[in-house]
Amino acid sequence: MTTVVQTEMVAPRRRFRGLRKLARNRGALFGAAIVLFFVMLAVFAPLIAPYDPFFSSFTNVRKPPSAEFLLGTDEIGRDIFSRLLYGARASLMAGVVSVAIALGLGVPLGLIAGYFGGLIDGAISRVVEALLAIPSLILAIALAATLGPSLMNAMLAIGIAATPIFVRLTRGQVLAVKTEDYVEGARAIGLPNGLTIVRYILPNVLSPIVVQATITIATAIIAEASLSFLGLGQQPPNPSWGSMLNTAKNFMTQAPWMSIFPGGAIFLVVLGFNLLGDGLRDALDPRDN
Amino acid sequence: MVRRLPVQESFAAVLKLIVRRILVALPTLIILSVIIFGLQRLLPGDPIQTMMAEQSDPEVIEILREKYRLNDPLPIQYLAWVGNVLQGDFGSSLRTGLPVTEIILQKLPITVQLATMAMIMAMMVGIPAGILAAVHKNSMIDYAANAVALSGMSVPNFWLGIIMIMIFAVSWKVLPASGYVPITQDFWLSIKSMLMPAFVLSTAVAAYLMRHTRSAMLSVLSSDYIRTARAKGLLSKTVIIRHALRNALMPIVTLATLLFGDLLAGAVLTEQIFVIPGFGKLIVDAVFTRDYAVVQGVVLFTAIGFIAMNILADVLYIVINPRLRHPQ
Amino acid sequence: MKKIVMSVMLAAMTGASAVSAADLNVAMQDDPDILDPHRGNTFVGRMVFGPMCDALFDIDTALNIVPRLVADWSWSDDETVLTMNLRDDALFHDGTKVDGEAVKANLERGLNLPESNRKAELASIASIDVLGETQVAITLKAPDAAFLANLTDRAGMLVSPASFDTAGEGGLVCAGPYKLAERVQNDRIVMEKFDDHWEADNYHFDRVIYRPIPDTTVRLANLQSGDLDIIERPAPSDMAAIEADDSLVFDIVSGLGFYGINFNMGNGERSQNPINQDARLREALNLTIDRNVLNDVLGMGTYPPAYQPFSSASWAYNPEFDGGGRDIERAKELMAEAGHESVSFEILYANNTAMQSLFELVQAMASEAGFNISLRPTEFAAYVAEREEGKFDASQFGASGRIDPDGNFHRYLACGSAGNVGHYCNDELTDLLNQARVINNVEERKALYDQAQRIAVEDLPALYFYYTPRTWGYSANLDGFVSYPDGVLRLSGLKPKN
Repeated sequence: MTTVVQTEMVAPRRRFRGLRKLARNRGALFGAAIVLFFVMLAVFAPLIAPYDPFFSSFTNVRKPPSAEFLLGTDEIGRDIFSRLLYGARASLMAGVVSVAIALGLGVPLGLIAGYFGGLIDGAISRVVEALLAIPSLILAIALAATLGPSLMNAMLAIGIAATPIFVRLTRGQVLAVKTEDYVEGARAIGLPNGLTIVRYILPNVLSPIVVQATITIATAIIAEASLSFLGLGQQPPNPSWGSMLNTAKNFMTQAPWMSIFPGGAIFLVVLGFNLLGDGLRDALDPRDN
Repeated sequence: MVRRLPVQESFAAVLKLIVRRILVALPTLIILSVIIFGLQRLLPGDPIQTMMAEQSDPEVIEILREKYRLNDPLPIQYLAWVGNVLQGDFGSSLRTGLPVTEIILQKLPITVQLATMAMIMAMMVGIPAGILAAVHKNSMIDYAANAVALSGMSVPNFWLGIIMIMIFAVSWKVLPASGYVPITQDFWLSIKSMLMPAFVLSTAVAAYLMRHTRSAMLSVLSSDYIRTARAKGLLSKTVIIRHALRNALMPIVTLATLLFGDLLAGAVLTEQIFVIPGFGKLIVDAVFTRDYAVVQGVVLFTAIGFIAMNILADVLYIVINPRLRHPQ
Repeated sequence: MKKIVMSVMLAAMTGASAVSAADLNVAMQDDPDILDPHRGNTFVGRMVFGPMCDALFDIDTALNIVPRLVADWSWSDDETVLTMNLRDDALFHDGTKVDGEAVKANLERGLNLPESNRKAELASIASIDVLGETQVAITLKAPDAAFLANLTDRAGMLVSPASFDTAGEGGLVCAGPYKLAERVQNDRIVMEKFDDHWEADNYHFDRVIYRPIPDTTVRLANLQSGDLDIIERPAPSDMAAIEADDSLVFDIVSGLGFYGINFNMGNGERSQNPINQDARLREALNLTIDRNVLNDVLGMGTYPPAYQPFSSASWAYNPEFDGGGRDIERAKELMAEAGHESVSFEILYANNTAMQSLFELVQAMASEAGFNISLRPTEFAAYVAEREEGKFDASQFGASGRIDPDGNFHRYLACGSAGNVGHYCNDELTDLLNQARVINNVEERKALYDQAQRIAVEDLPALYFYYTPRTWGYSANLDGFVSYPDGVLRLSGLKPKN
């Protein structure tokens, strides 16, 4: 038996076809540009920020945007522009890490449930349904409150709350792919389950997962802002857009710039990820092949 | 051998489906009850102590802990709770002493009203927009509609809510700043006070509906049957659209039903901003005050509602599409 | 398309929202807990009881005890027997008469109901004797200076004995000018006028509706839009908006409460932190805080600087103990004396915007002398638990304040007191405070409190930052609004201007 089972399950031309399609999608490019822009801001924050985000000046409380303070100052005199830059780190991390956790937990569980079926699938699916029946924000709140308010715990909470979606998605994809010839072939030659899953099934279920992950980053960023709004996310004095918005709402009439900029930043970043996710979905959509 | 009428046949099929789905939902509910029970007990802090705060009298704290069986081992507490639930007793709020069932019944109409208004608004905007976008695919209209939809999905609800209050309630004084007047008390005022919160909630839902309507319409419009008819010049454009819509309605309706279930429980922040005493606000407050009975009761109740909505969605799916009633 | 429909609908419905002139809409910070005066524990609960449950006594704006259900009273010479004569025209909402038996039943319920939270306040009662239909004598085990003050609050409120079993589950029957019509958790508490009340003529609203609205921005927005008539505790940052608005009035009086931090002096291993071991370090910390900045930045001028547990509204207040303000040099000197160039510790607090800003400022100010303060906000339930368990170096220390100075001092700093989470114990100080509890003479008590304060200023178990004012925002359409230092809204005489 000398059959060399092809490991490259997706023909190279097809893969690049997806990327090329993405590149032609203006919306997706725009989204990618926005995301990249904010990532750059976050990464180079220490170089760009004119002030220390923690430095408070009691004489400069709630000043409107000016040459001195580009986006104005907050309720204890800190520069909003600097805090926005450093806050980008917290918000972007919240989005990415939460989704990474959800992927790390959800995809393996989905793979196992879909591949092995039977009782394991039944058990995992029931738990997933139970978790999905709890409103996700409530679940995140309960988890964050249990772990204690902090950015890390908020990310953990949001990640766990988002896991069921990925379990269900992965499982669905695995069920669709399980009966394909190459999978049957792999099993026929006695390939161990682990390898089969990783080498043959995983690459072929990735596309929708990638799309969902991009979109979930967007919801995770809003979720972190929501948790901060309730006092459970990034804790002061560390900057995060959500907690900045939480404080800013108390000064809506006196200092509207405190809410406009963090709120606007959240909106833009989330929009960027949504556009990107859309583009990815269109690019990777098997129906158009 | 009695020949069953087709109507009776389908009815039986639907009934079987419902029963099957309920049976499948039962283990889920049980697991859910364990999760929500356990999760709460993990929360740091103690409901009685939190209630007492400034005036902690250790004696009274002990008495109350005994009264609510908080000193019993967790499995016993769980079983006691489940036993009561099965008899229809969801316990009482630790904080106020009011029975949870009473609280749920008071708040159900409020949440249903908010969810319904949000759903109607979302459908009024989302579905027509989706149809337009599909029919004019890849044109300016399509891009504009998509851009608006994405914006609707990207805007943080609580931010939008505050801004709307500032404009419509404080500056222009055309709408009430907070969201609840009982509908029985004053119908128009009730609708008026829920306009803003329903709108805020509807933005994301409208966006989803628009996109799903668009893609459902597109897939029907590109189906062979329609393509052939069009190519042959057989049907006028409006007839094609109407026909496509009828077929696309299926997934749209099921999505709408699911989203409604979401709305029932999920309007947490919007309710906070607009001071709507619905389930969302209730649960959040209860989590923060460790009001175990309320959180457990309300989450269980909304979960049952959510599962019911799912079953309803499946039933509607089958009722609308007869071909799915008898799986091959 | 939808926009057109929307604006048509709006046009059809534009107009002032229908708030009846006979309704009074009040917003409070939180939702009250159990509506039973003997069991309730929240400040907002106290506010809600105000119009519904008359107490034996009341206070005036100067914190003097005045008659309410009790028409007149006298103490025996040794100040252990209080003889009270009740009004003979007071009725409960269910029509039964407020008589001596009812008073006795209520006091006994406050003492003996297992879940009663009034036991400590009534603990000095030895016996209660009903001398006549409207005469009751209470014998105390020993003179209790705070006793009458406690009877102006929940401990002295009367619930109809016929309703003892259902009070609290939504069936509260009291003897105040308003009776409970409806309560929806987290939404509203609706009260209707009780026409047979002895002072019914002084109350001009048919219905009073209390609503919990925790968010200060939302409270204010509702007041500005006319949906609310009165809001309690507007944020200091909203003061300017209210004053700029001709249709609104901003009201402020000195309150009885304060905010500061207390130190873990003996509750577990965190009491070993240098800041908790050396009073010089605490004094140094004290010297880094500029209370005027706190007042300006946080309070917009409404947060009077605090150096002692009593605000200027209290007779026990003594200007001798007010501090000199910020002195970084002296702070550094003290730290050097104590052998530390820098000190690290953590402040635990319950997370909300006001406390967050306060402690961020404290952190920034103290850092200039070498204090590395880390902040640990938690939610309220965890904050309460962790203080009890001693899991803090320093923690947020706030009190809503009591009419009697004992409530601001003894409860938090006496050895073994329920509110003394830092387990600070100084026998001499505790002695002085205990003595001050059992005598009635104000001058003598003040002397004792002064002595106790001198000790406290040396030990520094707590630092006081500012006194919380009692603030209100209300519609300019209201006449007769009077605010009291205890922050409770009293509705007598309040009426719409037209």
